[in-house]
Amino acid sequence: MNVTYDIIIVGAGIVGAACADELSRRGMAVAIVDREWIGGGATAAGMGHIVVMDDSEAQFALMRYSQQLWHKLRLELPDDVEYEQTGTIWVAADEEEMAEVRRKRNYYGQRGVPVEELDAQGLKHLEPHLRDALAGGLRVPDDAVLYPPCGARFLMERAQQSGAKLHLGRSVTQIGDGCVRLTDGLEMQAQYIVNAAGTSAGDLTSGLEIRKRKGHLVITDRYARFLRHQLLELGYLKSAHSVTTDSVAFNVQPRRTGQILIGSSRQYGAEHKEVDHEILARMLRRAEEYMPGLRAMSAIRCWTGFRAATRDKLPLIGPWPDDPSLWLATGHEGLGITASLGTARILADQITGAAPEIPIEPYLPSRMMLSQTLKEPANA
Amino acid sequence: MASSTPDGFDVLVVGAGPAGMAAAVRAAECGICVGIVDDNAAVGGQIWRKSAEEDVTEDAKSWADCLKARQVTVLGGMHVFDQPEPGILLAESSDNRSVLHYEKLVLATGARERFLPFPGWTLPNVIGAGGLQAMVKCRLPIRGKRVVVAGTGPLLLAVAAYLKAHGAEILKICEQASWLTLLRFATSLLTQPAKIWQGIQLSQQLGGIPFLTSSWVAAAHGDKMLEAVTITSGSETETIDCDYLACGFHLVPNIELPILLGCEISDGFVQVNDLQETNVSGVFCAGEPTGIGGVELALVEGQIAGLAAASRIAEARHLFGKREGFRRFARSLQRAFRLRPELRMLAGPETIVCRCEDVMYAQLCPYTSWRSAKLQTRCGMGPCQGRVCGAATEFLFNWSLDSARPPVFPARVESLVAVRDIKQQDPQKIS
Repeated sequence: MNVTYDIIIVGAGIVGAACADELSRRGMAVAIVDREWIGGGATAAGMGHIVVMDDSEAQFALMRYSQQLWHKLRLELPDDVEYEQTGTIWVAADEEEMAEVRRKRNYYGQRGVPVEELDAQGLKHLEPHLRDALAGGLRVPDDAVLYPPCGARFLMERAQQSGAKLHLGRSVTQIGDGCVRLTDGLEMQAQYIVNAAGTSAGDLTSGLEIRKRKGHLVITDRYARFLRHQLLELGYLKSAHSVTTDSVAFNVQPRRTGQILIGSSRQYGAEHKEVDHEILARMLRRAEEYMPGLRAMSAIRCWTGFRAATRDKLPLIGPWPDDPSLWLATGHEGLGITASLGTARILADQITGAAPEIPIEPYLPSRMMLSQTLKEPANA
Repeated sequence: MASSTPDGFDVLVVGAGPAGMAAAVRAAECGICVGIVDDNAAVGGQIWRKSAEEDVTEDAKSWADCLKARQVTVLGGMHVFDQPEPGILLAESSDNRSVLHYEKLVLATGARERFLPFPGWTLPNVIGAGGLQAMVKCRLPIRGKRVVVAGTGPLLLAVAAYLKAHGAEILKICEQASWLTLLRFATSLLTQPAKIWQGIQLSQQLGGIPFLTSSWVAAAHGDKMLEAVTITSGSETETIDCDYLACGFHLVPNIELPILLGCEISDGFVQVNDLQETNVSGVFCAGEPTGIGGVELALVEGQIAGLAAASRIAEARHLFGKREGFRRFARSLQRAFRLRPELRMLAGPETIVCRCEDVMYAQLCPYTSWRSAKLQTRCGMGPCQGRVCGAATEFLFNWSLDSARPPVFPARVESLVAVRDIKQQDPQKIS
């Protein structure tokens, strides 16, 4: 039996769900296929931090655009999505990092993102459980947190209300030339196929290089009002930028339940999903250094997940040059929750021929073809 | 602060119930260094839990004396929460954290009661059958209290007898299994004089208490705490005023640690060979995690595991015949107290299934797997790590639970950092 749609999206993570929502709202006949359930991959493993980042101008543009889309959407989000505008505080440990606070303040400020520079006292006032003798920080009040699996489900339900068809528990063996082949023999046909399969995207599209970047998270029991903002060390920039070595960073998030999510770690070349005790210990030690009060807290679960990383640390959003029917929406590494909404918009704009609200060139998959023989870009 | 034993253990036993005590004693008989670690401060596990007033049974006392005589190191009040690498377990007590090194390991982690959700099951004074017994042992006043005992399994009778002996007024015992299956079960015991004798003793102790078969709790009622329960046989229902409902649906093995260690599981139980060794070399398992079989089977399995761990294979073989007899009992136990399908219908849409995260039955219905339900509703994501609701949803929805991850019990953040110390310290100092 052959089934025909305008678009088939492979992958029901938050990126696939956002694309399904956007495309079906624009009147297209959409189907989504996933081997598991909605949001069971990186969406389930991640923190759910809606954050503006500025590794590059292109990254900033997509993150800011997406952060504002989430802000607009917030009133429609059901309670279980747990959207909370906690804001982010980038924590500076020393004067060197305070210089980065000021650079970031200027950069965000010039681009219309509200920010507040905090001195040591101001930081202590907002987050009294941070250790003493930190230099200060930068508060970004528009940033938020949410619970990603329910966020993805909400977007998927909206897509279904617009007519999208959801096929869960179905594994895809092959995509391309307007056809999606499932393990059970079913073939589905469409004008376009969107590969939104996250870390598996590379298995489905030959020539597409997606690297798995493993992360660990720990969640505590409930400690109401211990933490108010999502906190990240500015040293994060030093560690997260490395594309070769394992790294950890202080990165904690308050959940609505009073639980605290403790991260983060980044590892390349780690294929197994098992908890890596040594990196877990390093990650928690780092967190303890910044917030000594975490030491005595009860950790109730640890887990790991894999981020879908590209070589230039920008996602792949747009047509795949080798196959006119194939589009990509993947490679978001640790930023897919935030960037899902912006990704869906600019993908839908390209497919429907609408004018995108931000420049799309930096995210086009064709850049991967061009740069295949080049080394890491200078800004990575 | 980290602390540990002087030299690590030749044999370490996790769980100090009957299986674990027997394993530790047998292993220690040949003079090797044996340790036994348990969540509870005292040895004895759930079944031989010491009470404030009375002495434990002769059996319990003699095994505890043997532990002392054989100089087994008893590490009480400690949760084993992780194995960072083979040969090393991490354990935590209320104020300490230990690194336990072992050559051979015996897992005797026991079982817990299964709870099934029905309207009102989360009311105060609705308590697990074994749980209520444990509370009475810890001085909960029960004299003169009206108690309904319900659920399934031989534990109900033992608990009823215990509570009655301590002055409780047992209004009814409701066993969900039918009298026919119980009769078959009783017949199967004819080959086991000890069990028959226990049965006769129990029935004398329980004389005069209405014992209903094919009967189960449909709802518990009360404003702020339990006031009455409705029991049903499917066709007839009756509401009884009472102070306590002791309710348990047989036992669920504690297999989280075995799973974490990579032990093969089949049908919910740890798979072992004749010597009680799991597929993980040097890791043995005994007692309820290999199949719910009661104290006698646990004692034999524990002894075999302890002897095998101490490489006393010939002596272990001597016990195989005895074990087979008790295993037959375990199998008939499993058949007799199988849960009837009607119990899947007890929960109403608004009945809480996951107490940690307040997840209602209706919220779970749309999902097709434990993992998707967990992710979408937070069922099983609380501090009990799904130990209660996981076993319930396994029965209610036929969901199979996912793999175990560290920590298998909640542990302090500082304890999870311990792994770093292991690597950084001189092995001599911490072993």
